[in-house]
Amino acid sequence: MTDSLEEFLIARRGTGRPLLVPYVTAGVTPGWTDVVHAYADAGADAVELGFPFSDPMLDGVTIQEASDRAIAAGTTVRGILEEVATLDVDVPLIAMTYSNLVVQQSAAEFCAALTASGLRGLIVPDSPLEEVGELADAAAAEGLDLVLLAAPSSSRARLREITERSRGFVYAVTRMGTTGERGEIPEQAARLGRELKELTDRPVLFGFGVSNQAQAAELAGHADGVVVASALMRKLLDGARPRELGEYVASIRRALGQGVR
Amino acid sequence: MTATDGFVLTAADLAGNGVHGDDPDLYGKFGIFGGRYVPEALIPALDEVAAEYAKAKVDVAFLREFDHLLRTYAGRPTTLTEVPRFAEQAGGARIVLKREDLTHTGAHKINNVLGQALLTKRLGKTRVIAETGAGQHGVATATAAALLGLECVIYMGAVDCERQALNVARMKLLGATVVPVHNGSQTLKDAINEAFRDWVTNVDRTHYLFGTVAGPHPFPEIVRDFARIIGVEARRQMLELTGRLPDAVAAAVGGGSNAIGIFHAFIGDEAVQLHGYEAAGHGISSGRHAATLTEGSVGVLHGSRTYVLQDEEGQTIDSHSISAGLDYPGVGPEHAWLKDTGRGTYHAITDAEAMDAFALLARTEGIIPAIESSHALAGALKLGRELGPEATILVNLSGRGDKDMGTAMKYFNL
Repeated sequence: MTDSLEEFLIARRGTGRPLLVPYVTAGVTPGWTDVVHAYADAGADAVELGFPFSDPMLDGVTIQEASDRAIAAGTTVRGILEEVATLDVDVPLIAMTYSNLVVQQSAAEFCAALTASGLRGLIVPDSPLEEVGELADAAAAEGLDLVLLAAPSSSRARLREITERSRGFVYAVTRMGTTGERGEIPEQAARLGRELKELTDRPVLFGFGVSNQAQAAELAGHADGVVVASALMRKLLDGARPRELGEYVASIRRALGQGVR
Repeated sequence: MTATDGFVLTAADLAGNGVHGDDPDLYGKFGIFGGRYVPEALIPALDEVAAEYAKAKVDVAFLREFDHLLRTYAGRPTTLTEVPRFAEQAGGARIVLKREDLTHTGAHKINNVLGQALLTKRLGKTRVIAETGAGQHGVATATAAALLGLECVIYMGAVDCERQALNVARMKLLGATVVPVHNGSQTLKDAINEAFRDWVTNVDRTHYLFGTVAGPHPFPEIVRDFARIIGVEARRQMLELTGRLPDAVAAAVGGGSNAIGIFHAFIGDEAVQLHGYEAAGHGISSGRHAATLTEGSVGVLHGSRTYVLQDEEGQTIDSHSISAGLDYPGVGPEHAWLKDTGRGTYHAITDAEAMDAFALLARTEGIIPAIESSHALAGALKLGRELGPEATILVNLSGRGDKDMGTAMKYFNL
């Protein structure tokens, strides 16, 4: 399997299936890699792995708690990559982390280490267009798809540039706020999805506050799919086992539909 | 307009008129430092603040209003005080203090908050949020919000809320809501994270009244410009008092706002040494310190590329200082740049050295300084002994020590 993240997602989308990308914080529990397998088996189209950072500015309480727990357990970038290299899953893996972890050596070394371990995508939510140049070049040189985020507050001109420069997919942020579960989908999400779909053929996935099956299905209707993070991590922090998390992902998969495989 | 006779702030006073060629570039970079490492969602708000500030700083009406508040409310200009009895311990060098401790609310923070509160009004926003460590920036923000009729929410680490209960009460009395932050180390850095989370959620009606020269562009520039009056006044006053420029300027550095405030007007005066003093806490070798420029490495924290106290993985390390105002694992990007270009020199002062200087100034001159400022005083004592009796050192006495009496009572067994 040598497709890029973007090629893989476009192929999946081509089957008529809304895309589903669940998230787990690497190192949050000793058996976190079992969670990745459970997600893949439950119908995930890719899996997002959080590399924990001590000061996650864009994350709500759930991901913060998961990050703190992983750091306290001694999780390191190298340790995560060693475990990732041993994973045998048939969907692409995407790293999510903050700029400070990327710049510890150089963007080029960081990206090279990710691809060497088999990761195919990278999301750095505190690296907007203004700062992304060096990282984007380094990722491109490694064949790693650097996913950019689009926000409800982004101007049309910025959305155009984001859709042009993002690789893998475009990460559409549903709301002005942090990650975390919410009661309802804001109206601005539909507008953002519509604008992005006008601007690009790249897959557009919604994330931030996708809290249940119905919300996932509703949001997928405005774009190509969803990222589900805090809702899963809340369950994990409350003691859910990989099998139960997999069942939850499967229930979202059913709500979204399977497409024609 | 009254009480502005003889002095009206000019655009050049505010921004240095670009004469030193050290303004950040369009992307907010000081060399490799600074920038905007923030979520995409916040970029339009930062653009809006930057654009409004660019208009405000050349708008005579804005400058007059700011100047009026500085004079009639904050108590500017602040005086210089020469401290010969204190300076006896500095090898006989002349030491002159810039008395920011005499401003309303008792520290240099008032300069920045008045400027940004006026900017908030121009932005058409009705709510300000701020982070605070010791509570000084929180109190100053609550003060400006009360003065200008703005809703005010202050984020403060839960540990700090306990340590600084008096300042929590002051903020509440001034009408602010104080939100204790229970995440992470429950101190200043976590309060900043939480304030950013609030801002990204409520940005349509809220201005983040950032308290120091750190954070994403344009905050390092705006906060510096509003604090810059300290050095502008002090430079004129030193020429009047001594007939020449000082040999060195000394200031404490946490985030770095009081230091950049007094340094900036002197950056073009190449013969004037600029010395910043960070907190060495229990000593650098103890690992319990806040000496970011001395011991940190380059990273990205709170939206800015700068020196950071961090482990090999890039996880932020909890800092320590007896002075809550210096207890921060990052530092403003312009200081990082001054360090790397060699224009500024940065040192670390232990808790014990700072407390000795704190007590010495009280006993020899009848001035109780803030413990933050005491780091600069301790630095000036060392510097005086190095530079010799012919030297003149200007020290930014950035705040007064009333807030530190609890710490002093414990430390000195009073």
